[in-house]
Amino acid sequence: MSPGKLKIFMGYAAGVGKTYKMLEEAHALKADGVDVVVGYFEPHGRKDTIAKTTDLEMIPRRKIEYRGTVFEEMDTPAILSRRPQVCAVDEFPHTNIPGAERAKRWEDVQVLLDAGIDVLTTMNIQHLESLNDQVWHITGIRVRETIPDWVVQRADEVVMMDLTPQALLNRLERGVVYAREKAEQARKNFFREQILVALRELALRQAAHEVEHRLENENTSPEEVPGRRHKILMLVTADPESVMLIRRAKRMGDFMAAECFAVAMQSSTGQDKIEKHLNFARNLHIETRLLEGEDVVSTLLDFARLNQITQIFLARSKVGVSWFRVPSQDLAQSIVRFAKDMQIVIVSQAQPTFDSPAK
Amino acid sequence: MTSEMRRRSPDELLREYQAEETAAASGQLKVFLGYASGVGKSFRMLDEARRRRERGADVVVGAIQTKVPPEVEALLGKLDVIPLQSVADRSLIDVEALLRRRPGVCVIDGLAYDNPPGAPRQHRWQDVQLLLDAGIHVIASINIQYIAELRDQVEAITGKRVQETVPVSFVRNASDIEIVDAPPEEPLERSVEQQVDAERRARQLSRLRELALVLAADVVDHQLTEYLERHGIHQQFRTQERILVCVTPRANIHEMMETALTIAERFHAELIVAYVHQPNLAEEDRVALEERLTIARTAGAHVELLEGDDPAEVLLRFARSRGVTQIFVGHSQRVGLKARILGNPIDRLIGSATGMDVRVFPQ
Repeated sequence: MSPGKLKIFMGYAAGVGKTYKMLEEAHALKADGVDVVVGYFEPHGRKDTIAKTTDLEMIPRRKIEYRGTVFEEMDTPAILSRRPQVCAVDEFPHTNIPGAERAKRWEDVQVLLDAGIDVLTTMNIQHLESLNDQVWHITGIRVRETIPDWVVQRADEVVMMDLTPQALLNRLERGVVYAREKAEQARKNFFREQILVALRELALRQAAHEVEHRLENENTSPEEVPGRRHKILMLVTADPESVMLIRRAKRMGDFMAAECFAVAMQSSTGQDKIEKHLNFARNLHIETRLLEGEDVVSTLLDFARLNQITQIFLARSKVGVSWFRVPSQDLAQSIVRFAKDMQIVIVSQAQPTFDSPAK
Repeated sequence: MTSEMRRRSPDELLREYQAEETAAASGQLKVFLGYASGVGKSFRMLDEARRRRERGADVVVGAIQTKVPPEVEALLGKLDVIPLQSVADRSLIDVEALLRRRPGVCVIDGLAYDNPPGAPRQHRWQDVQLLLDAGIHVIASINIQYIAELRDQVEAITGKRVQETVPVSFVRNASDIEIVDAPPEEPLERSVEQQVDAERRARQLSRLRELALVLAADVVDHQLTEYLERHGIHQQFRTQERILVCVTPRANIHEMMETALTIAERFHAELIVAYVHQPNLAEEDRVALEERLTIARTAGAHVELLEGDDPAEVLLRFARSRGVTQIFVGHSQRVGLKARILGNPIDRLIGSATGMDVRVFPQ
């Protein structure tokens, strides 16, 4: 059985019309005689969108109790036994309540796809893992519900839902997007004009990249892709900057069609943090390795040369955390000094442009 | 808070005031950008017209295609139409009638059409400019194929060279742009030859779709910059990758440019090449530098000359002012007296380039 096809309606904020468009497509498919169901729908009290669900078969949500409260999640087993041709699933990046079979809704969607069901789904650009730091930089908000890029890359189609920020703000003003109280809160978070413009630009650029990515996979053998001869190595440490480094290096690797490795030095301190970071890398489909050696620089470079690495990515962390640790800036400088046969990229996080919004 | 809300100079305030005045007096242009016919531009355009009418605007249709799908026909039925004039088998919008009618909003389909010979203006977009100047808001549509500056790229994709075009600046200066995005239809399985042909066409459409998305992103980037300037906000959002290649006499320019061009292409990034002027350069270094700059220029890069005593600082200041996200430098192998006192410029660059990637190339 061939896996189902995934189509993502991508937006840059709530209220641009992703769900509406998804349901419209579900109706069009139904009119063509396709067996369509709605697997999950988040009404948000939006009248026009709710009206779009009439005449569509809805699979009732599954109730899960957690700490005395009942939560409702998508009922994946029910959809599987119903076996539609196409299933519409709202809010792709959603995190399930603990106690659900899978942690993330995108994992539930994978199950549907594996069962041969086509899926239509919706997401906003701010939930893409590799843009997490950039979104933080623009908005001051650390988005927790993220989707690894490889999940989006595997979608058959990514469609950009475009709307001007001004029109979106008008919708917010008219109470179409959220109820008044929530709208007020939203205006302090994502719904500031310059933030919306910036997120929209990110979404457009990502959509362009998704088109290009699909064209390439279709047309060219891997060797023909420029940059393919590049191999990226990232040095992971116990420092929190490692997370940002992994995202950035992987994004560069994805865009350049380069292979990526993440390595860390075996060490007596901070091993749990290092393991956590390596695990994060593995979840993004990066191969990881723990290296042993006395000297960081020579161990790293030996590994790099042995594996024909062309670029090493390091994090520029805050210097002088404590006097006995080798400040990573010095480490970067030493690597630059000794690695005369490869490119060294020192990655640095841009701080948020705004204060974090009041919680 | 890192955003800097600083006081604006009287000049800046005056410019802002004038810009606002002009914006208030002239009509606003909203463009629906597509990449093929049939993606639904006409529908979106007329749907917007309907909405504005419901909110009380006086809307007329100044130009629409003769053949429209039923859902567009239905929208069209509810709006006033000023018919196109027809001269020698070609149509042009009735500017005189529109100016006399003076609607609040006018819908113009097919922005790229040329007017018949002998018409007062050669291009339809020039007619639209006239309407805008008269204070009429315009909702228009255009396909990416008809942007003048993209003509070569479009020809490379489709093999066809279009004759009728609109300058990109016209679209860029629109108050609003919205992309009408829809993936190309899946080719239906017919004969093998038809299938191959349909797939080739689908690939062409995907390329055009990519071009349209990038143009929309560039227009939005332009709007973002203007918004920030207008509000006196001095900050960089890093929504677009910008690469700065720093050239020195010994830089491995081939590798630097190759990597820069690959990344620029992949990220649709802006590429800037710069060098810091050094007054007492030895003759051989001067020649070497000139060679490298020529290579960069030949690759199509724009080269900036920077001046200042401290190269690392000069480069950083420039990079910040241009919103650079990646800075490319060569690793200098020589450690001179100056470097020993001040510290190696590369080390200092790495140390202070916060918010930017520093990519060091072997020389």
